[in-house]
Amino acid sequence: MFDYRTAFGLQYQNIFNRIQVRGPVDPGAPLKWGEENRIGKPFHSYLMGLLGAAQVGPFYLGTCGLMSIVCGFIAFEIIGLNMLASVNWDPVQFIRLLPWLGLEPPAPSWGLRIPPLNQGGWWLMAGFFLTASIILWWVRVYRRARALGLGTHVAWAFAAAIWLYLVCGFLRPLLMGSWGEGVPFGIFPHLDWTASISIRSGNLYYNPFHMLSIVFLYGSTLLFAMHGGTILATSRYWGERELELVTDRGTAAERGAIFWRWIMGFNATFESIHRWAWWFAVLCPLTGGIGILLTGTVVDNWYLWGVKHGIAPVYPAVYPYIPTPPTDLTGVLK
Amino acid sequence: MAMMNFEYKYRIRGGTLIGGDLFDFWVGPFYVGFFGVTTIFFTIIGTALIVYGAAIGPTWNVWQINIPPPDLKYGLGFAPLASGGLWQWITFCAIGAFVSWDLRMIEIARKLGMGLHVPIAFACAILAYVTLEVIRPVMLGAWGNGFPYGIMSHLDWVSNVGYQHLEFHYNPAHMIAVTFFFTTTLILSMHGGVILSALNPGGDEPVKPSGYEDSFFRDLIVYSIGPLGIHRLGWFCAMNAGVWSAICIVISGPLWTHGWPQWWNWWLNLPIWG
Repeated sequence: MFDYRTAFGLQYQNIFNRIQVRGPVDPGAPLKWGEENRIGKPFHSYLMGLLGAAQVGPFYLGTCGLMSIVCGFIAFEIIGLNMLASVNWDPVQFIRLLPWLGLEPPAPSWGLRIPPLNQGGWWLMAGFFLTASIILWWVRVYRRARALGLGTHVAWAFAAAIWLYLVCGFLRPLLMGSWGEGVPFGIFPHLDWTASISIRSGNLYYNPFHMLSIVFLYGSTLLFAMHGGTILATSRYWGERELELVTDRGTAAERGAIFWRWIMGFNATFESIHRWAWWFAVLCPLTGGIGILLTGTVVDNWYLWGVKHGIAPVYPAVYPYIPTPPTDLTGVLK
Repeated sequence: MAMMNFEYKYRIRGGTLIGGDLFDFWVGPFYVGFFGVTTIFFTIIGTALIVYGAAIGPTWNVWQINIPPPDLKYGLGFAPLASGGLWQWITFCAIGAFVSWDLRMIEIARKLGMGLHVPIAFACAILAYVTLEVIRPVMLGAWGNGFPYGIMSHLDWVSNVGYQHLEFHYNPAHMIAVTFFFTTTLILSMHGGVILSALNPGGDEPVKPSGYEDSFFRDLIVYSIGPLGIHRLGWFCAMNAGVWSAICIVISGPLWTHGWPQWWNWWLNLPIWG
């Protein structure tokens, strides 16, 4: 009889957990301090167990985490209530227009001064609480690692993302002398900001740090496809026990290494692939932040910058010169 | 022989998809196989055509070298070499090389008794490429709709096609693709970071065994998907980034010809708003 599972080697493809073993829950590795802050009774979830670990919880709730959640909630509420106010507190229109609704930064005329709440003051306040929430969460990531006797690599990777966030919403507006340069809160509004900063600076694609950031974004995705695929493909040999295979190389690590060596003449190790991973992921927001910080502050127009440095060709002038803002439209703008 | 000390016992015959033992050998660290030969064949010809295209072009500036697809007037026909024919043959060779490379990975995976996850993921990347250079141009009726080969010129193409739809960020499939790219990078940093932190705890701390990854993420965010699950999630998100990229471009033009911001009018016009 035709057995589709063996016919294509499907039993080796490891896509879902076919068996879920339910032992006693794992209370977590011992903490150096704060064991009493581990809250919640861990339980098993069948659905979670299909894709990954079935156990949910416990959760460590310390002071930093609690403060971070409170600050994040305040920021969320400020943004949400401002959006609701912008549709006259109509809940139906709130849902209908939600993707378009936003909390905008102050108008450029305010510079770096603090405007009234309804003219961008709420934006500043939401930004303050969101930033406080994120930095408190960073402290938490750092301390949770230390309490377990782990290195702080995750915290420093998180710091790279915080760098990009601070550049977009705080440091670049500061250098430009206007809160109005900041990113609005909202789904479409933040996309519009992204398009607009690119157009106003002569197309971000000519920004070499934007190029690098994209390279590391795509590179990270490529690396995870390669790494995730390698581990899943060697899971028959316990390939997912990476920490053990680093210190005591088993056949899974050998096959994983040889697989890539035969393909491309080079292989990482079970430890070094995680260094590649960490650096690619970290360099994505790190280079991106540099690129945004230079935009409008050091370089006004990335296309002209590219022409000056021989990267971009000079394109023929297809359209006549149009002054910005167009002088013949100023009456309309008034 | 460029072999690692444990490699010898893995170098065994078999696992090939085609050609039997004919190309079942290694050159240095590289496995050859039938598809290694076809990979080299397509790569050399394709690369030579690119160099030729650069040579007959106006510049050797590596940023500005550009090998564009044929003019739209050629439709789906063959174009003269210097007017897009090179692009057509380079595209043909690229697809030949990518597919050969993927099949070679399948042979190597079979040889090592491994799953096919890596070649399956690579197939998603090939799909995105073929969608951009073949499927969408065919649906639009002209090879001229493919992207040109050149560092800056392909960026210009992305920019231009994006603005043809006013703002590409409003393309729902583009939103999903970008979300998958960002999510993959986020979880890659989390996974890479936690493994490095267990192996390099600093000071006099001992290296930590499996289980500490789970403890760390449960303490931090309630749930740890686990050492096996994180690789499933990363593999899944990475593949989806490629697949949704393909979807977001193939619907732009063949399916939706207006600006993407207008697409959202269906939501505004739902009968449920009263």
